Formats: sequence, structure tokens, C-alpha cells
Amino acid sequence: MIQPIEPIQTATTKSRQTILDRLMAKEVESPGLPTPDPSKLTRFDDPLAKFSEILEGVGGQVHLIDDPRQVAEILGKTEVFSNAERIVSLVPEAVDNSFDISSIDDPHDLAAVDWTIARGEFFVAENGSIWIEGQSLPHRVLLFIAQYLAIVVSRREFVHHMHDAYARIEAPKSPFGVFVSGPSKTADIEQSLVLGAHGCRALQVFLTP
Amino acid sequence: MTQVALPIVDRPAEKKIKLDHTNAARAFVTNPDRAPWHDESLWFVRSKRDKQASIIPEWEYLRSLASQVKTATIANLGDYLVEFERNATDAGAVVHWAADAKEHNRIVLGILRDHETTKIVKSKSMLTEECGLNHFLEDNGIDVVDTDLGERIVQLRHETPSHIVLPAIHLKKEEVGETFHEHLGTEKGAKDPKYLAEAARGHLRDKFLAGEVGITGVNFGIAETGGVVVCTNEGNADLGASLPRVHIACMGIEKLVPRLHDLGIFTRLLGRSATGQPITAYTSHFHGPRDENSELHIVLVDNGRSKLRQSDEFRAAMHCIRCGACMNTCPVYRRSGGHSYQATVPGPIGSVLSPTRDLKEHKSLPYACSLCGSCTDVCPVKIPLHHQLLAWRKEIGFMNLLSYDKRISMKAASILFRSAKLFSFAGWVGRKALKVLPHWVTHQRFNTWTIARELPKPPKESFRSWYAKNRNSETPKG
Ligand code: SF4
Repeated sequence: MIQPIEPIQTATTKSRQTILDRLMAKEVESPGLPTPDPSKLTRFDDPLAKFSEILEGVGGQVHLIDDPRQVAEILGKTEVFSNAERIVSLVPEAVDNSFDISSIDDPHDLAAVDWTIARGEFFVAENGSIWIEGQSLPHRVLLFIAQYLAIVVSRREFVHHMHDAYARIEAPKSPFGVFVSGPSKTADIEQSLVLGAHGCRALQVFLTP
Repeated sequence: MTQVALPIVDRPAEKKIKLDHTNAARAFVTNPDRAPWHDESLWFVRSKRDKQASIIPEWEYLRSLASQVKTATIANLGDYLVEFERNATDAGAVVHWAADAKEHNRIVLGILRDHETTKIVKSKSMLTEECGLNHFLEDNGIDVVDTDLGERIVQLRHETPSHIVLPAIHLKKEEVGETFHEHLGTEKGAKDPKYLAEAARGHLRDKFLAGEVGITGVNFGIAETGGVVVCTNEGNADLGASLPRVHIACMGIEKLVPRLHDLGIFTRLLGRSATGQPITAYTSHFHGPRDENSELHIVLVDNGRSKLRQSDEFRAAMHCIRCGACMNTCPVYRRSGGHSYQATVPGPIGSVLSPTRDLKEHKSLPYACSLCGSCTDVCPVKIPLHHQLLAWRKEIGFMNLLSYDKRISMKAASILFRSAKLFSFAGWVGRKALKVLPHWVTHQRFNTWTIARELPKPPKESFRSWYAKNRNSETPKG
């Protein structure tokens, strides 16, 4: 059946009213929004150990280092790093860039990136995730398109759980922000876990002082 | 604008009467390997969920917080939607409103035509599945690529997902291997998940790089900030939303939470309830388009949700965060497979939701339930699922939609239970019959109950007579 089209804008305005009318048609009582009681939420004696345990459990690797330069050293011992041709480092004090990212406009041109070294704002002990602020990324696709990902984050910057994580974020600072936990993975083929579905094949996290 | 010139092809809605759940499940249930294998796979996921839930001391507290937040959101949904729209627009997103599936599809097509694109990459979204977006776009000349691995597998096989979190859970690796051999040119007979996933990675990377618009679902919308949150393990939604210039996020209106920090509750519950992970590998927050040259469109979809909100009995079903925990634990789902529910959302929550759309067509679903209550126990947002299924049964009885055999047996049971004399007589007949009837009389093809079961051994006497004898001597002291 072939039909002419109604311009989206008028259709959407009409439906907006329809939906809101339908929602207002019935008044529903509610006890109001709750506020989580901090005393009921788990805190950890050793948040760093907890974070490492959980992240390693989901396939990530954690390194405690004293100096950012150790990142290049440790990664250099692996073949996937020493053979890498294109490395984008957003943490210059840790790893050198292998090409100039500022010349790139279109994120598609990043398709061949082997490694991204990103900067994490803070980590969450309870679930092994790291918050990455979009502002720190010239192209957000860098986190997902690189074959391998390393995140550098200070071990002083942590929260115990997700409630504190959002309290710390407070309000969006840029159009994008993401909690990353472990390499990209899938279990869609008979529940067998495969690391490296579309995004990074491995995740290395470096905790600096 | 090109959309004026191009007509829209709208397939007339196919209205076929659906099979009842029992018949639709027959092939799956009677396959001696399939049902037990499926049962075990899902039990494995359910066990992982249990482990996660048990190590969080405040798990029950989180569930009640989540339920309260959802109750409050749904109560004031209109206000929160308006707040969301205002903040999203301020952040630079374009918000569209769709009263139903058809309108949702048209809005998406309109945006694609505005950009003169025919190539899109889509990440998993039960909402677009519910709206039949893929078929609609394909009919209108758009090439849709599902990028979640499980969804891509079922897409290549021209099937639908059988589970909302694990779309290809009904398939064995050999079947995936065959599909990939046919479509992606992998080796014949290959069945190693690693090898197959690697092939899919290569195949989908090309698709990501060619995609001109990325469509994603939405796990949470935030009224206070106008942002949307998308959770995946593969990172496919992120690739799809950060390579192309245009991102369309399709969101059911119930996906809202009022405040940013409410996400603290839900991100703790979602991954753990779904697959037993502490959190999904990526939890991405989008607030407006990525730069001045890009666009973020958010399509808010009602499609029956506001009607569901009006029902005091079933409103809580709107709390659902689509974690899939209720299906993983359901003994009926695990043995009958997701396709037997013949709906986008299967399992306990699907059996509650489908009848709200069309009671006649889905009247068998509330009976695809043993009333064990396990779904209610695991639901992270405390939807009283089995109570709602029971409520549907009442409604179905009340509306005279019960099948003849159920109606007759219910009548008979009601007569029997009302008369003490008749009841004790029937008990006596039963006990005698079980003792004297030869096996071939009870086990023949007309008695489907005994196909895979033996009848119980009859007790020597009835409870009534035992009680009459013992009530004085055995009264507990104290
Ligand atoms: S009903 Fe509850 S358990 Fe089932 S999918 Fe929805 S949130 Fe999860």
C-alpha cells in the first residue's frame, strides 16, 4: 500500500498532545521519589583491591604503577603493542602518539587504530568500571574502534559504588560520557564468552599514584 | 526535502490468528535435545544472577528503591516527559513523539530520507522490534544491519529474537556456523564460537564503516538532564552512534527516570539481573549530538503504554527495565523457548504485556505459567508478575474467553469442591480406581497427561478418615 507522507513535525506535535492527554487522563497516586540511605550502601575496606578483583573477573587487566612512563614499558613487553603501527595516546605523559590526531576530522579515518590510551576520571570499586568523560576524547569512537584499549587513572580517584559515582559526576559536562568495564565481549553463540566482539579485544588499566 | 516526493510503503497489517502457547511450543518441547539443553543454558544465566544478587547486602533495598522510583515516575509520566523534552532540546537533540508503532516507523524513515541515506546500522532495541521497524524500512528500500551479534544471527536467518537479552539463545553453535557459512563465507562445519565471533567482527566492522545513520534503543532516559543511556557488552551501540553523523535513539516513554542519580540504583541492578555481570561492559550517556555537524534524534514512543498506565491492576508492568531475569528463571519459558510466546517480549513479563494489547489473541499466555512465583522473586523492579498473570486468568474467565475444556473442567471442579459428600465420594472412587485399573487403560493416547508420567500410588485411606481417627490422640500438647 503506497501512501503519501505527513510532514514529521506536524504529526509529532499532534501525537505529543495525544500522548500527554492520555497520560493526564488518569491521576495516579505515588509516595514520591526515594533517596537512598547512604548507611545502607556497601563500602569496601580496600576499594582498590575490590576494583581489581572485579575488573579481572570480567576480562580486564590491572597494573599498579608508580610512574606514568611505566605504561609504555609494560605494554612494550607485549607483542600486540610492540607490533602496533597506529597508537593514539590521550595520555602523553604515559605513551607517545604515533600520529597526529588533530589532523583527523572524520571518525571513519580512525578505523585502523591499533591502540587507544585513554584517561579515566575515576573508577568504581563495586563493579570494576571506569568513568571516561567525553571531553577527554577528540573523537569518542576512539574508545570503541581501537583493537586494544588502555586506560590510565589515578588510584586516588575512586568511589565505592554507583550512587557515589553519579553524585561525583553531578551533571553532564559534555555530550558523552561512559562507564567502561572490561573488554568488549559477547556470549551470543551458545553462551560461550568471547572477548573482543566489536570494540577492544583487551582492556589494560593502569593505576597511577 | 525528499520526503515529499517519495511515497511510503506500509505493508497492510497481517492479522493472523495466533496459535495458543501450548501448540506453538510443541515442536520445541517434543525435541528431546532442545528443551533440556535450553533449560540448562538459561539456568546457568539465572545462577550467575543469583551469585551477584547474594553478594550485595543491600540487594533487596535496591529493588525496593527501584520500584519506588518507577512508581513515582509512572505516576507523573506526563510531567517528566515534558521536562525530558525541554532538557534534551536544550542540549541540542531533536525530540519526536510517536503515538504508535506506525508513526514511530514513519518518523525514523522521514529522518533517513532527510539525509538521503539507505544504509543504517542498528543496535539492539526491543522497541524497534515491537514496532516492526526492520521490515518497514526494508520495504522502503533501506538496508538495515543489526549489529548485536545475536540479533545479526537471527536477522540473517530471517528469524526473530527468542529472548530480549540473549536473542539467539535458542540456537546451537552448529546452526550459527551454518548460517555464517552461507552468509559470511566461513568454513563449512565450523562451530568454534571464537572463530565465528571473529568472522562476525570483521563482517560487522565493514558495515559500521559504511553505515550513514546509527539507530539505537534506550535503556534509560533522564528527565533532569535530557540525556539517554545505552548499555551494551559488545560496544556495538557506541560504534553505531559515534561513527555516523546522525544518531536516532528510539525510546519507550516508560524508560524514563527522573534524576541523574537515580541511575545509581538501576545500573547496579540491570547487568546483575540480566546476565550476572557487575555492570555491562559499556554504559554510555548521550546528552545532545556530538558536535555542531551532528544530529541526535530521540523518538519517544507510546504504542499502548499510556493505556497500560490507566490500569490499576497492570500498571506496575511499566516498571520493566527489560533485564530478562524473569524469563531466565521461568520453568515454562526455559522449556518451551521464546518463540512459543509469539511476541517481541516473551516469558512472564511478555505474558503480562501481550494481553494488554490484544487479550483475545494472547489469551493462552497467562496459562503458560505454573504460578511458582519465581519471576516475582527475581524481578529487580518488583513487578508482581505471577499475581498479574493470575489476575489475567480471572479476567479471561470473566470475559468468557476460556477454552471449552478448561471451562467445563472448572465448572466440574467447582461443583465437586462445593459438596463435601461429593468430594469424599470422588476421593474414594479415585483411590479405588488407581488401585484396580490396569496400566493400559490409564496409559493410552487419549490421556495426554500420562504420556510422560506414571500415576501416583493411592494412599491407604483418605485424610478425612485419618483425621477422624487421630484428632484426639494426636493433638499437639502445649
Ligand atoms: S519484568 Fe522484571 S525481571 Fe522481567 S524483564 Fe522486566 S524487569 Fe526484568
